[in-house]
Amino acid sequence: MPEAHARAPGPWRALRAAALPLLLLGLFEALARRAAALGSEQLAPPSAALRALLRAALDGSLWPATGFTLGAAALGLLIGAGLGTLVGIGLGLSPRASRAGFLSIELLRPLPSVALLPLVMLLFGFGTDLEVSLVAFSTFWPQVLLVQSAVRQVDPQLLELGRLLGLSTARRIRLIVLPAIAPRLLTAVRMGTGFSLVIALTVEIAGNPQGMGFAMLLAQQSLEPAMMIGWLMWIGAIGVLINTGMLRLQRALNRRLGVTVP
Amino acid sequence: MKQAQPSHWPASLGLLAALLALWWAIGRAGWVSPAFLPTPEATALSLVDGLRGDLLHAALNTIGRLLLGWLLASAAGVVLGAAIASTAALRPWVQPTLEFLRPLPASAVMPLAIALYGLSPAMVLAVIAFGAIWPTLLATVHGVSSVEPRLLDVARCLRLSRPAFLWKMGLPHAAPDILAGLRLSLTVSLLVCTLGEMLATQDGLGLTILLAARAYRANELFACLVLLSLIGLAGHALLVLAEHGLLRGRRA
Repeated sequence: MPEAHARAPGPWRALRAAALPLLLLGLFEALARRAAALGSEQLAPPSAALRALLRAALDGSLWPATGFTLGAAALGLLIGAGLGTLVGIGLGLSPRASRAGFLSIELLRPLPSVALLPLVMLLFGFGTDLEVSLVAFSTFWPQVLLVQSAVRQVDPQLLELGRLLGLSTARRIRLIVLPAIAPRLLTAVRMGTGFSLVIALTVEIAGNPQGMGFAMLLAQQSLEPAMMIGWLMWIGAIGVLINTGMLRLQRALNRRLGVTVP
Repeated sequence: MKQAQPSHWPASLGLLAALLALWWAIGRAGWVSPAFLPTPEATALSLVDGLRGDLLHAALNTIGRLLLGWLLASAAGVVLGAAIASTAALRPWVQPTLEFLRPLPASAVMPLAIALYGLSPAMVLAVIAFGAIWPTLLATVHGVSSVEPRLLDVARCLRLSRPAFLWKMGLPHAAPDILAGLRLSLTVSLLVCTLGEMLATQDGLGLTILLAARAYRANELFACLVLLSLIGLAGHALLVLAEHGLLRGRRA
């Protein structure tokens, strides 16, 4: 049964947090070493993966792929979340538009971006355009829905006030809606950031021959399991860094906006 | 959406019809080569044709894989999440690792899964399950461990066993969180399922899309997209229905 427990002191907490990952890594190390001893070319122990990762970082082959994936994800997110915010505000402010858009959005939203990949590939070929457009498509829909529901919760009296003051729609959005939805907008963008990285990697694994996803698949196919697992660790580390970074950023921005969110 | 009131339908269907008409007009005017954008009629024809044979088979394969992987992961997620959340001694050891694994992109595990399982149906299932377990597991942990402290005291006074506590207080309290997790994991599952079918050439909609694109059979490709969108829509609609049912049960 859950019980409220006192917060443990720092070092003890860090130790407990690190125990399970270290145990799992140790287990994986032992298993992979045994597999390698038996002649497997598919698995490598984490220690070898770390060495391969370090080598790639030193000889420079790590960085272009990392930069490509992160750049494509960021650009796609910028487009997808930007358009999504605009459409979401529009749908949130106009109940009629949101009623009309409901079915079309619900039909387009569940389409997995990787299913669109072959089609978009016919249009753009391989490369940045392909990846950015698919990231933008996938991040657009969640952003529309989150922003729309955020706008719905804006105090109607505030909106009424804006109308009474004769503010133009653009000014009403800038002065009333945007400040009111800012905290939830930040949450939406933070969630979109994680999602954009997933989509970018998926597109690379599914076919776009660039970036970290492709590098990882290539390492697997050319029987370099150490590098493959090294990539996985690197991708995992980047995911965690981006996630915690965005959380911190969100908290800092919320504090500046004077919002107290736990 | 949550509030699917009947008043949504006329305007919704109107806009959808307008979009379809636009699609039809674009195809008719020949602005885009039919190799990229088939007409709606051609898509519908291909869909109807396909549903009598190959396409139905592929769709059923995809649905089966999706459901199996997603249900397994969801069940495991709820059980593990409830176990972790209800064991105060375990949580500080496990939760940081879970938070660490959460942002790991599911599709990035696919090369590792290929190395372990080969290009097999098991590989696709394993990655679907891996991707789908996190949202539900973390939502369950969060939901169960945020039960009100006073309720915990009540449970202790009543000497409820752990399963009884989870069944009567923990899981009902966590239900909205769990449903949100399930919805997120369904999206992830559909994505990973399509990708897995493409990479491992497993019979299903993902593979059919890939083959249709390679052969420039755009109408077949669009028919697959329509099916995928309907599968996703149906899944989300079922979850929304489940949510309404649960909330109604709570109010009563």
